[in-house]
Amino acid sequence: MRVVLAEDLFLLRDGLVRLLEAHDFEIAAAVETGPELSRALAELEPDVAVVDVRLPPTLTDEGLQCALQARRDRPGLPVLVLSQHVEQLYARELLADGSGGVGYLLKDRVFDAEQFVDAVRRVAAGGTAMDPQVIQQLLSRRAAEDRPLERLTPRELEVLELMAQGRTNAAIAGKLVVTERAIAKHTANIFAKLSLEVSDDDNRRVLAVLAYLDRGR
Amino acid sequence: MSIETKSTARQPRSGARIQGMALSAVRGLALTFITLPGAVVCFCLAVVSIALVPIGVGIVTTPWVLTGVRAFADRRRLLAAEWGGVRIPRAYRPLPEDANPWGRTFGMLRDPATWRDILWLPVDMTAGFVTALLALVLPLYPLEGFAIAAGLWRVLPDGYWYGFVKVTDQTSAFYAAGLGAVLLLAAFWLAPLLLRAHFRLTGAMLGSGQGELAERVRVLTETRRDAVDTSAAELRRIERDLHDGAQARLVAVGMDLGTIEALLEKDPAKARELLAQTRQSSADALTELRELVRGIHPPVLAERGLGDAVRALALRLPVAVEVEVDLPGRAEAPVESAAYFAVSETLTNAVKHSGADRIWIDMHYAEARLRISVTDNGKGGAVIGAGSGLAGVERRLGTFDGVLAVSSPAGGPTMVTMEIPCALS
Repeated sequence: MRVVLAEDLFLLRDGLVRLLEAHDFEIAAAVETGPELSRALAELEPDVAVVDVRLPPTLTDEGLQCALQARRDRPGLPVLVLSQHVEQLYARELLADGSGGVGYLLKDRVFDAEQFVDAVRRVAAGGTAMDPQVIQQLLSRRAAEDRPLERLTPRELEVLELMAQGRTNAAIAGKLVVTERAIAKHTANIFAKLSLEVSDDDNRRVLAVLAYLDRGR
Repeated sequence: MSIETKSTARQPRSGARIQGMALSAVRGLALTFITLPGAVVCFCLAVVSIALVPIGVGIVTTPWVLTGVRAFADRRRLLAAEWGGVRIPRAYRPLPEDANPWGRTFGMLRDPATWRDILWLPVDMTAGFVTALLALVLPLYPLEGFAIAAGLWRVLPDGYWYGFVKVTDQTSAFYAAGLGAVLLLAAFWLAPLLLRAHFRLTGAMLGSGQGELAERVRVLTETRRDAVDTSAAELRRIERDLHDGAQARLVAVGMDLGTIEALLEKDPAKARELLAQTRQSSADALTELRELVRGIHPPVLAERGLGDAVRALALRLPVAVEVEVDLPGRAEAPVESAAYFAVSETLTNAVKHSGADRIWIDMHYAEARLRISVTDNGKGGAVIGAGSGLAGVERRLGTFDGVLAVSSPAGGPTMVTMEIPCALS
């Protein structure tokens, strides 16, 4: 799997390269700046891009803008955005086109190499990887004014949270130490209680949940 | 028909003029009672008190007397502003709060504003008094002329002078009434003019010309002190947070790593357990640093500017917030930061105290000013008081000559408006 990596801090870039290479990713390019990233994304056609939000030369949200532009040029281009802080505002912009293949994680998440690599693979496959913090913020805001959410059991809320992060049933089952069938039952209940359309497709399911949580904002 | 419309159109104008004249007369009356006694008493006390300074008594009395003079002058400044629209800036030098009578006396005597006050008093009791008196008498004197024509001349002593008309019989009484009419016409114009002249005179004597500059210097000194205090306090808080938070955690991480190294051979299971704990410590340190950074300068503000930073802030609140932004460019970083934290504090205040379930934020730029209003549908009663979050907001904005206005009747809604003069790029 070919990866384009954009990160301006040498230590982090170096660490990410080593981490990804150790997990059998091929680093097509590891760049430092926004313009370099744009060029790499256009020319190298990677399977997934791992991008830091803040990049030179402007040191504003250059990385995010490059990623969004690249996805406009090549819809569905898998992009995993990393940042020192997560904002719902950015998450919403990334999810706006509704085509999946999007990740948005705190840089801290690389501490857990397995989970991080899993997230990169998921995004590359067209899935979603939303940072738990984004989901928690969405849930806590939503909980204050949403009746259907109150009808969920604590367990169902837990499953909803993990589902919104983009995890598959199998991954959720592993995390909560239950069978996949139990999770399937929970998700069916959640979708019924929130009146969401049931879909067998994992990715579409995640997007539906995220759209539900972010509705009316 | 056309004539009628004309006359109705003119009526309110002459009505307004009569009202203006009457108002001037009443104010003139008030001023004659205030000026003469006030100025005479103040002047005499001030002169006597200052004269007594060499024998010691004056040192005790002078601060009191001069404070009284200042209060009198302040009263007149207020009247000039309210009645005459003449702004007379106050430009007294501040005295140290713990000064002794000696220091206070000489501090006040060294202040040129004190001498301007004392010089103004004799002018006020003469020219000031006369202008006020004329504003009162001019509209009243014609009434006497009319009364004379109406029959008052019969009881007047022979050879009574009304103005320059000697009243002896009905004919000369009519002359008196004519003169009264002319004077009344003049009074329409002159009474308000005289009053204005009175206030201008007060302004010319009391105002230093440098008054506005002095006022500006005072405001700048104050806001600069606030800014320095605030940033010093901020730095102290950051230092403490780093010291007790991230720094301590990193020390713990280093220590744990040492322990893990030692345990690696002896007890690998224990080492692995400790490793997980160490990873958690470093994650906690990062979380703390992130919160700290958000408090110093929110990353979204640096990345996207004020509009999106406030939008991102709104998304974090547990209350529904509508954000309306119309900014054609970005302000300078310090202004953006001040505006952001002002909004942030206002929102925190609203969420904590108002009980609102909806908040509206409007930000736009007009007339070289950044205008921000934060409105909530809560229970109102917010004030800019000591210890309230809004006082902090006011201080923050003050550094940039920004102003804060709060409208918050009991029962709500609360509207907080901020204005910061700035340029956008």
